[in-house]
Amino acid sequence: MSASQSPLFGSVADVAERLAEVGYLASTAVATTVYLADRLGKPLLVEGPAGVGKTELAKAVAEATKSELVRLQCYEGIDEARALYEWNHAKQLLRITAGQGTQSWDETRDDVFSEEFLLPRPLLTAIRRADPTVLLVDEMDKADVEVEGLLLEVLSDFQVSIPEMGTVTATRRPFALLTSNSTRELSEALKRRCLFLHLDFPDADLERRIVLSRVPELAESLVDALVRTVRVLRGLELRKSPSVAETIDWGRTLLALGMDTLDDDAVRTTLGVVLKHQSDQVKAAAELRLN
Amino acid sequence: MSITGPIAAEHGLPGHLVDFVGALRRHGVAVGPGETVDAAQVLSVIDLLYRDQLREGLAAALLRRSGQRQVFDTLFELYFPAALGAGAGEVEVPRVGDDDDGAVDVEALRDILADLLRDGDIAALTELARAVVDALGRSGAAGSGSQGAGGQPSWSAYQALRTLSPETLLARIMDDLKAGMNGEISDFTDEMLRREIRDRIARFRKMITDEVRRRTAEIRGKEQVAKTAVPKQAEQVEFLSAYADQLAQLRRTVHPLARRLASRLAVRRKHAKRGTLDMRRTLRRSMSTGGVPMRPAFRTRRPGRPELVILCDVSGSVAGFSHFTLLLVQALREQFSKVRVFAFVERADEVTHLFEPGAELSGVMSRVLREAELVAFDGHSDYGGSFGSFAEYWGDAVTPRSSLLILGDARTNYRDPNLTVLRRLVGQARHAHWLNPEPRRQWGTGDSAAMRYADVVPMHECRTAGQLADVVEALLPV
Repeated sequence: MSASQSPLFGSVADVAERLAEVGYLASTAVATTVYLADRLGKPLLVEGPAGVGKTELAKAVAEATKSELVRLQCYEGIDEARALYEWNHAKQLLRITAGQGTQSWDETRDDVFSEEFLLPRPLLTAIRRADPTVLLVDEMDKADVEVEGLLLEVLSDFQVSIPEMGTVTATRRPFALLTSNSTRELSEALKRRCLFLHLDFPDADLERRIVLSRVPELAESLVDALVRTVRVLRGLELRKSPSVAETIDWGRTLLALGMDTLDDDAVRTTLGVVLKHQSDQVKAAAELRLN
Repeated sequence: MSITGPIAAEHGLPGHLVDFVGALRRHGVAVGPGETVDAAQVLSVIDLLYRDQLREGLAAALLRRSGQRQVFDTLFELYFPAALGAGAGEVEVPRVGDDDDGAVDVEALRDILADLLRDGDIAALTELARAVVDALGRSGAAGSGSQGAGGQPSWSAYQALRTLSPETLLARIMDDLKAGMNGEISDFTDEMLRREIRDRIARFRKMITDEVRRRTAEIRGKEQVAKTAVPKQAEQVEFLSAYADQLAQLRRTVHPLARRLASRLAVRRKHAKRGTLDMRRTLRRSMSTGGVPMRPAFRTRRPGRPELVILCDVSGSVAGFSHFTLLLVQALREQFSKVRVFAFVERADEVTHLFEPGAELSGVMSRVLREAELVAFDGHSDYGGSFGSFAEYWGDAVTPRSSLLILGDARTNYRDPNLTVLRRLVGQARHAHWLNPEPRRQWGTGDSAAMRYADVVPMHECRTAGQLADVVEALLPV
C-alpha cells in the first residue's frame, strides 16, 4: 500500500540525535516510536497529560527532517469543510457566468468541479504535497466522533475521495502525528490504524537535560533541585500534577527573580508557578512542611 | 550454571510473539490479529539487541490505552527477560567467611544498600537486587538457618525484603545526609529528602519483586507466574479486595474518568436536544396554513439538573468503594444542581461540608470518620438504624426533585433492615438507586439483605471502576 519512498530516519539512535539537534530531547520510547512510525508508514497517536511536549514533538520532527508542518487543530464542531476540502462556490459561480453562451452545459459542469475550484484544507493539503510533510492533527479528542470517520481513509490509505472528482492519493506519504489529551476515548477503528505512544513525564535525568537546554542560563545545581522538587510534587495526590512545561516556567521564574538557590522561601513564594489550583498549593505546602 | 526449561518457543520468534500476545489477552488487553502483525513488523525493523527499543516498539504496536502499560511491562519482563539465570552482574554480595558460597553477611549488605539508596544510583541498585536475590536464594542469610545451598535454590521476595528490610534504613540515610550538610536543614528540605529516599526504597522493593518473578518463571514456567503476578488494570481492580496503593492509584483516575463521562454526556445531550413532536402546538400552528401541518413544533428539552442525595456506608469493609464513588460524584458535581452527602455506619450524619468545592479530597474519608457522629454502640454497620436516623433528622432532604443514591454492600449484621423507612424514602424521591460493590452472586448470602433491599430500590452491581462508570453514566440525566 505504501508508496515506496526513502525513510526519513536511519535508526533509532539517528532519530534521537536529530531531534536533539533541533532542541527536542527524546526518551527511548519517543525515539523508537517515531522511528517505527516512519519505517512502517503508520500514523502515530500520542496521548498524555498536558504539557509533556506532544505538539512539540511534531514540530521537532518537522524541523529535524526539513519537512513542512501541516497542522489541523481540532475543536468541537469541526467538520469536513474545515478538515478536508471545500468547493469554492463563489469562484464556481463566476466561472459559470463567464462562460455563459459560449460553452455548453457539459463542458461547464466538468470544468467547475476541477482542481482549480477546490479549496484544500489541512488533510488534503498534506496528502497532495510532493515534498516531505509532517501532518499534525492536534487535540483529536476535542473533535466530534464523526470527524474520526473522515480521518480513517486519510490515515490508513493516505487518500481522500472527492465524489465529484475522484480519489486523490498521496504522492508522498506524510508523517502523520495525532495528539490527544484523552478527555474521551478515541474509537477503536482509529486507534487500530495508529501506533500508540503514551507520553508521560520524563525521568529525572532527561527532565534535567530538557530544562537545561531550554533555560541554559540556570545553574546546574538549581536545575537539579528544581527537578527533584517537581518530582516529589508529582508524587502527591494533586488535582493537576506539574508537567515539564511548568518545570521550565519555574526555572524561568527563578531566573527572572534572580534567585540562585531553591530554599524554603523561594519555593513558598513561587509555588503558584507550578501548581495552578489553590487546593493543590495548600496541600503541597502542608505535606512538604512549608508553613 | 544450568538453564532450566526451554526458552525457545516452538515456532521461533513469531511463535514467541504469538505466545506473548496470548498472555496479554488473558490479562484483559484486547490485542487483535492486526496488531500482532504490526508487532511482527516492528520485530523486523528494530534492532533486537536493544531491549529498551524492543519494549517500546512492541508497546507502540500492541497497546491502545495508557492504563495497559503496567500489565504489558510485567509480561514483557517474563517473556523477554533481561538475563538468564544469575546474569553477569558486577556486584559482589558480601559473605560470611571467605567462602564464595557462604551465607550472606546481612549487615555488610545493608551498608552497601544504604550507600546506594543515599546516592540514588539506580543502575547499581538494579544490579544489587539481582545479586541479592541470587545469593539469598542459593546460600541463605547468615544466622537465619534457611539454607538453599546444595538443594533446590528458592527465590522469595518476602524473605529477601524481610532480611534486608530497606524501610528501616531510612532514618540512617537521613542522618548520613544531614551530617553531610552540617546538620542544619529546614523542615522542607528534610521532607523532600525523606520522600525521595522513600521513593527509592519503593523502587528497590519493586526491583527485588521483579527479579524474583523472573527467576521463578525460569523454574516454574512463565505462564504459571503470569497467572498470579500480573497487576490488574486500575479500572478492573475490585473495590472490595483492593490494596491501599491500588485504591490510591484508582483515585488518580477519578478526574479523567469524570471528564470522560461528562464529555460523553455532552454528546448524548446534543443528540437529544430536540424533543418529541408537540402535537398540540403543531395543530395550532397548522391553522394558519389551512389545517396542513407545514411547520411541526417540537417540545424543547430542559436540561435536567437534579438534586442528588447520597447515603453512603463508610464502614471499613466498603470504605474504598464509597470513597471512590463520592470522589467521582464530586468531580461530576456540575451535572447536579445540588449534592448532599450523608455518611452512615450505625447512624447517619451529614458530611456535605467536607465535600465543598476546592476542599482537599484525598484525606476526606478520615475526616468523615473523625468528625461525623456515625457510631452508636459497637461500630458495625446497621443499615436499618441508619435509614431510621436519616429519615428522622434529614427526611426532608429527599424531595420529588432529588435523586437518592445509596452506596453500600447491604450487610446488616443480621439487624433489622428497616424496609418500611427505606420504602418511604424511595417513594419521596424522584429516582432512587443502590450501588453495591459486591458481586451479584453474593447478594443475599449470610447477613446480606441485598435481595430484600433490591425489591424496594433498583440495585446495581459496581465491583470495579469500569462498572461504576457505566452505571453512573446510565443514571446521569440527559
